[in-house]
Amino acid sequence: MLDFQISGSNDTRSGFGEGLLEAGRKNPKVVGLCADLIGSLKMDAFMKEFPDRFFQVGIAEANMMGVAAGMTVGGYIPFTGTFANFSTGRVYDQIRQSIAYSHKNVKICASHAGLTLGEDGATHQILEDIGMMAMLPGMTVINPCDFHQTKAATLAIADHHGPVYLRFGRPKVPMFTAPDQKFEIGKAWHIHGGKDVTIIATGHLVWKAIEAAKTLEAEGTSVDLINIHTIKPLDIEAIVRSAMKTGKVVTAEEHQINGGLGSLVAQCLAQHHPTKMAFVGVNDSFGESGTPDQLMEKYGLGTKDIIKAVKSLL
Amino acid sequence: MSQELKKIASQVRRDIVRMVHAVNSGHPGGSLGCTEYFTALYFEIMNIHPEKWNMDGVGEDLFFLSNGHISPVWYSVLSRRGYFPVSELSTFRKLNSRLQGHPTTHEGLPGVRVASGSLGQGMSVAIGAAQAKKLNGDSSIVYTLHGDGELQEGQIWEAAMYAAHHKVDNIISTVDVNGQQIDGPTEKVMSLGDLNAKWTAFGWTVMHMEGNDMDAVVAGLNAAKALTGKGKPVMILMTTSMGKGVDFMEGTHKWHGVAPNDAELEKALSQLEQTLGDY
Repeated sequence: MLDFQISGSNDTRSGFGEGLLEAGRKNPKVVGLCADLIGSLKMDAFMKEFPDRFFQVGIAEANMMGVAAGMTVGGYIPFTGTFANFSTGRVYDQIRQSIAYSHKNVKICASHAGLTLGEDGATHQILEDIGMMAMLPGMTVINPCDFHQTKAATLAIADHHGPVYLRFGRPKVPMFTAPDQKFEIGKAWHIHGGKDVTIIATGHLVWKAIEAAKTLEAEGTSVDLINIHTIKPLDIEAIVRSAMKTGKVVTAEEHQINGGLGSLVAQCLAQHHPTKMAFVGVNDSFGESGTPDQLMEKYGLGTKDIIKAVKSLL
Repeated sequence: MSQELKKIASQVRRDIVRMVHAVNSGHPGGSLGCTEYFTALYFEIMNIHPEKWNMDGVGEDLFFLSNGHISPVWYSVLSRRGYFPVSELSTFRKLNSRLQGHPTTHEGLPGVRVASGSLGQGMSVAIGAAQAKKLNGDSSIVYTLHGDGELQEGQIWEAAMYAAHHKVDNIISTVDVNGQQIDGPTEKVMSLGDLNAKWTAFGWTVMHMEGNDMDAVVAGLNAAKALTGKGKPVMILMTTSMGKGVDFMEGTHKWHGVAPNDAELEKALSQLEQTLGDY
């Protein structure tokens, strides 16, 4: 089924904000921390409703990660909020030692990931975060695709014990997943069944993959379409089952090809069912200033790039 | 009480030099310098329940070691206080041990609540734990220890600013001011400047304590406790001598991370009375 009803558009970070508020209402142990980006992270509503459970950290992300780790001692479930760049690369060692190695129940919530951050340019457009976080033992890595899926993911990680990296973005994108969906960590969403080629997409590239699949289907190519929202743990079974059916796999992500979803799917298939693959992602370069649409086009992350990648395998 | 504590400290120092000698690695210098502090904290000052060890530690005082390399003194004191069998000290730094080179929660060692070793991170973690205590309505105190060289890490000053801003007044941090770090005296490697003025300017209540005098340490920690709950975090600048208790290790950075050989071990042990039985 590729005939989605789009219920408007909204940013995934707003899905996080709504999810955090609801998680806070459901569980009094949920606390929020933010490094001077409350509005950008949409944490305002949580802060207003739970002022005693919200902590402004200032522009000091390393300290934020440590304070969050400490708050788990005593039973709290901290959600940290800042841009994806400052949530990962800037604080990698703090996450590694105080959170991942110490297995602390911290939810690292990261907005403005990837090129779609736009005009601020490459300093802020992290494209390596999925790889860095997925390498950490015990870290769960989630990259939802629209407002509703991000909200559902935020609620799901509050109930999951262990460190989580939740990655979302800045721009408004189509809303096409169900508002009342149940988010299962580690379980792929099989969007559409097909037999000629598999497209595996995550985050903002899922909607583009749906559009690509529509075009391909109209041209007579049958597409098996999978949304991997949980990059770690990876749903190996869903990936292998599809690859066995189609024998051709294209991955699509707003991230470096090196070390991201594409690398992890390739590793999975090399081990379980070697398959011809093509990769849609940023090819070993930094981004630059521009509008999100301009950047996605220039760096090869558009619907036509997914179609081109599919055709390279046919 | 002080006599009892001094006896324990002597045994702890024996444990330290024996542990690092056994694996020919580890950090005896800072461990020996902080022996009075750890002994006083765990046997006199903190309200703790080793027999009911759990990660959350609600209703008891907590301790975080930020300069994780002085794990020998911590492991010795934890075991002597009943967190795990004293015999386990013989596994220090060996394969399949819970007593890793730097402390970790990963192997489930009772008494440890976060991994440390990469410097500068423990104060932030302790502040978070102190805020969790406030949220839980728990009036217990959170203690942390740091090396003076560790203050060169930027995260320490992020944490310092945060604790004062959020009025985290249930934390007592101590800096082991021994003036030494791996490459030499702190004044040569990277001057720390006026630590009293710096911590005061960052909004902390600052105290001084002579760290190798057991009576002074007990009195100092009790005085610090009396300063909690007054809207400001508490900092103790604790003067110690690196390598204290073993004459040839004292006052030099050379024994920061070097183990004694057989002859040196014998010489060291001859200066340290066995009071509780070696492990």
